[in-house]
Amino acid sequence: MDVFLLEAMVNGILLGGVFALLAVGLNLIFGVIDVVWIAYTELVMAAMYCVYWLHVIVHLPILVACLLAVAFATLLGTLVHFLIIAPILDAPPINQLLATGGLLFFLQNVATLIFSTDFRSVGVRMPSVDLAGMHIGTARALAFAVALVAVACLYLFLKRSFWGLAIRGIAQDRHIMGLMGIDQRVAYGITSAIGGLLAGLAACLLVLQYDVQPFIGNSFGPIVFMICVFGGLGNLVGGFLSSFIVSEIIAISGYYISTDISYVFAFVAFIVVMFIKPRGVFSK
Amino acid sequence: MKRNLIFLLSASAVAAAVLVGSPPPYLMHILVQILLWATIYSAWTLLGRFGIMSLGHGGFVGIGAYGVVLLWNLLGVSPWIGVLASVVAAMLVAFVVGYPCFRLRVVGHNFALVTLALAVVVQLAIVAAREITGGSLGLTPRTESLHPLLALQFGDDKNIAFVFALVLWLIGLWVWTWLDGSMTRLSLAASSEQEDAAAAIGINVAREKLKVLLMSAALASVGGSLLGQYLMFVNPDTFSGAPVSLQILYASVAGGMYTALGPMVGSALTLALTEYLRVFFGTKLIGAANTIYGLMLIIFVIFMPQGIWGTISGALGRRRARGFQPAVRSASTPHPALTGPSDESKRDF
Repeated sequence: MDVFLLEAMVNGILLGGVFALLAVGLNLIFGVIDVVWIAYTELVMAAMYCVYWLHVIVHLPILVACLLAVAFATLLGTLVHFLIIAPILDAPPINQLLATGGLLFFLQNVATLIFSTDFRSVGVRMPSVDLAGMHIGTARALAFAVALVAVACLYLFLKRSFWGLAIRGIAQDRHIMGLMGIDQRVAYGITSAIGGLLAGLAACLLVLQYDVQPFIGNSFGPIVFMICVFGGLGNLVGGFLSSFIVSEIIAISGYYISTDISYVFAFVAFIVVMFIKPRGVFSK
Repeated sequence: MKRNLIFLLSASAVAAAVLVGSPPPYLMHILVQILLWATIYSAWTLLGRFGIMSLGHGGFVGIGAYGVVLLWNLLGVSPWIGVLASVVAAMLVAFVVGYPCFRLRVVGHNFALVTLALAVVVQLAIVAAREITGGSLGLTPRTESLHPLLALQFGDDKNIAFVFALVLWLIGLWVWTWLDGSMTRLSLAASSEQEDAAAAIGINVAREKLKVLLMSAALASVGGSLLGQYLMFVNPDTFSGAPVSLQILYASVAGGMYTALGPMVGSALTLALTEYLRVFFGTKLIGAANTIYGLMLIIFVIFMPQGIWGTISGALGRRRARGFQPAVRSASTPHPALTGPSDESKRDF
């Protein structure tokens, strides 16, 4: 096989790792709280700026900056839930979409206000290694590894802990869990915090590869939503697997045709899949 | 019918007053844009009021705007024909995406996201075909040497643009009221409550939805065409893609989806607000205007879920907003424990 095609495919899989992190976070929130956070990738943007600010302006070591950014994103996720989502939990879906859409505008423009629209780099450049003739960026490989570990940790949390069980229970039947002595508000809060945490983690991994600007969420927001629906909204495993399928579609069509059109392919594939399996490729 | 006539007369009176009074060009510029966006928002509410959230309208606007300019610049097709050709193209795209969606009952969040994909595809396609579309830099229509109107261009004459925009907006209103009084509205109102029940009493739900989607796409496309012709500049960011779709959604809902004038109120308020904030903050604090805008959106949704116009007309109690009002979800759907877990409420991990 062509070594360049192989390189494109490997990079596709590595790219899928970060997508997976975001898709899992978004799916968890949708599955448990039944709300689509349109502004999810804006949390990522906010956390990326947090890393930038702490590392470049406050001069903290990058690792500390990343940890604080993850904490910041976790807090932000929790706040979003209690300030915006909680008052409109019973509102029609369209209003929930609008409220989180308003948040999208808000976050993008607060970032513009503070940091202007310039592209900011944290200035950490990770080398790329040659592996059997392929160039593989270590930043991407690291992102992939961290994403896998994070998803595995989340899986263990959901399967082994009490609140993980409660959250899975709520995803199956939100009304009945109240009767079992589970406080929905706490479960929702934990879910939103995890969503924020995953966004923060993704931000730390992305900031090593891309410069941050206020509208960076627009460039990968839609694709993350597509991935979620591709695997079935609310279906964690489906979202995880479809991250890799979609990133492979992007990588391979980018290799054969052009990188401009590769995302178009991914979206068209998504539309077609919705017609064949409206509840996602992994629905039963 | 009589009310429509009165409305039409008063609208023309206001229009004549505006033209005679000849307000400063800046105000006219804002007015034309308000009217054109109001038409696009009206187009969106045709579907949106039934809870069918399309995020694809950014795509239809983009097809309208780019279709006209590309046909004119590349092939020399008169924009008068280009508008119609773009309408056909927008309706075709709406059909290709809408028909399977409605037949296979892709509803709710999924429909919103499929149509969002459509809007993104249109935007990415425009950017990718940068040899002919100019990519992200945008495109300017060729100017006509004889008379600008032959190429559906308005030159510096804001009055003609105003009349065009007003007429288009009135056509949009007419479509809205026609639909409001038609059987289609009743069918869709029924199917938005209980799709199975509606189908069981003989409503061809998919066909009715598709009909409205096609009308909506056509109207949005014409709005996009005229907006492009008026601004004499089209670019992928202001005419297509997810942000435009979201903007359409916000303004329509902010104004109110269930009244004929709601989209107009939404358009006027959002444009006036953005212009005011833009002028107020100037270029010193870039982003301040939209920060406040986003914050207001959140507050509106939480405290005024019926939209501004809907809230006002509801509070005045003059006339109940006609049309389907969304029931609170928990009230309209039976408790899952009573019906057993449906495949939608049950999710696997």
